[in-house]
Amino acid sequence: MLKDITIGQFFPGNSIIHRLDSRFKIILDIAYVVMLFVTSNFYGLALAGLFMILVYILSGVGLKLIFKSLRPILPLIAITCILNLFFIKGEGEPLVQWGFISIYYEGVSTSIFMAVRIMFLIIGMSLLTYTTSPIALTDAIERLLSPLKKLHFPVHELAMMMTIALRFIPTLIEETDKIMSAQKARGAELDTGGLIKKAKALVPVMIPLFVSAFKRANELALAMECRCYRGGEGRTRLKQLKSGARDYIALLIVAVMFVGLILLNNFIPSFMP
Amino acid sequence: MSNIIELKNITYKYSTGTPFESVAVDDVTLEVEKGEFCGIIGHTGSGKSTLIQHINGLVKPTLGEVYVDGENIWSKDTDIRQVRFKAGLVFQYSEYQLFEETVYKDISYGPKNMGLKAEEIDRRVRFAAKSMGIDDSLLERSPFDLSGGQKRRVALAGVIAMEPEILILDEPAAGLDPIGRENVLGLISEYHKQNGTTILLVSHSMEDIVKYAQKVLVMNKGKIFCHAPTDEVFSRQDEIIKIGLDVPQITRVMMRLRAKGIDLGTDIYTVERAKQRILEYKENKNNA
Repeated sequence: MLKDITIGQFFPGNSIIHRLDSRFKIILDIAYVVMLFVTSNFYGLALAGLFMILVYILSGVGLKLIFKSLRPILPLIAITCILNLFFIKGEGEPLVQWGFISIYYEGVSTSIFMAVRIMFLIIGMSLLTYTTSPIALTDAIERLLSPLKKLHFPVHELAMMMTIALRFIPTLIEETDKIMSAQKARGAELDTGGLIKKAKALVPVMIPLFVSAFKRANELALAMECRCYRGGEGRTRLKQLKSGARDYIALLIVAVMFVGLILLNNFIPSFMP
Repeated sequence: MSNIIELKNITYKYSTGTPFESVAVDDVTLEVEKGEFCGIIGHTGSGKSTLIQHINGLVKPTLGEVYVDGENIWSKDTDIRQVRFKAGLVFQYSEYQLFEETVYKDISYGPKNMGLKAEEIDRRVRFAAKSMGIDDSLLERSPFDLSGGQKRRVALAGVIAMEPEILILDEPAAGLDPIGRENVLGLISEYHKQNGTTILLVSHSMEDIVKYAQKVLVMNKGKIFCHAPTDEVFSRQDEIIKIGLDVPQITRVMMRLRAKGIDLGTDIYTVERAKQRILEYKENKNNA
């Protein structure tokens, strides 16, 4: 049951997308998000969508994953759609007039536009975690944020925390499963009853879980100290991040896309109010 | 005597329908008599832990039927919780299940879930604590302040307090020092003698199993290699070694002696019996 959690899932592979430098991937992903927000008409969105599908095909993770990444945010999309549909007032005659509810052409098109934008956003962001190992991701974040070190921002510590958190997600899930089984063997009812009853029933699971998580954290800290871990100062890496020709080509492609979108914005008038 | 546990052609597959599919338990049929003290031994990944979780319904077999006390536990009108009270299962490193403020409250968690009256819960908690050698003075302490061995015994008492007819123990002595091991296993053995509870004891240590169990169940690659009285199992020691399991040290010594022409019998797996046989052998030789 708990094994279905797919946040930040990584699908190992050796495609060109997998091999891109993770720092570049983060920057390009941010650029992609900015593009989605800059574009003001459907042609721009279509271009971004086409580009994204192309990248998905190149990455070889399978188009099925597109739908999988969308499932958790369906409620959010639905709410956005409904709000836009009912609250945007247009200039012309309403399409539907029913009591105090009126739906305009502008409302329909805006809500579709917003929904598609959010979907593209999530799909694009998911591809980053699908094709980048958590270690490479945190490494890249550390490198990208390293200018902040000048401002005494604990960049390395932050990255280390992220790495450890990601590393222990599967361990904690396994442990939760074990404790749940042990309490079920003592007659705990974990999946029946109302919300309050369920929350109460979780106490015998949460307490042992916290106790062992703290214990684990203590042991990990001790083990790190035993290996002379003293923070980021002067630390070298086993795997150096290297950028090559393909990273710059990817950057160029996205830059061209960006220019294309801005041109589309200028030549085709925006419909947005 | 009647069979309290019957497993009929149990098969359990992990992650069915994915490329990771694997068979943990492969067409196992097993009968356990009431009051039996059965040791279960096998490699890591041989399916022992999965097998025992079938008996209290934590795991539902992919194929096959489970009968506890003559009742099919997966039939529609069986309350699976009642099965769990009947077949108490103590997991490996069971001290991780402790959560209450006091030892007393933790032990009473199981009986409380059974919906018993306060006096009955009290009686059971005290009885279970006594069976596991937990002093009354510990009952009001926090379980997190106890030593490793004490925590383990509290966790065991937490299951014993449900007074199950079958007690299933997954490596109850794992990770304890030799004195702790002796202590825990001795208490379990004593509990068995006094209450006649059916006990299934999973262990990696042949020594522990031969010392306490009347019957041995050897698992190998998801199948039952054999399930027979201890004597019988160890008469097949060559086969047991062949599947990569250990036999008690003293049995190995006897095998070496046999190879040198001194045959003292193939049913020796405790030091006491070895001593007796060696003395007999010496006497015979002196008389001859």
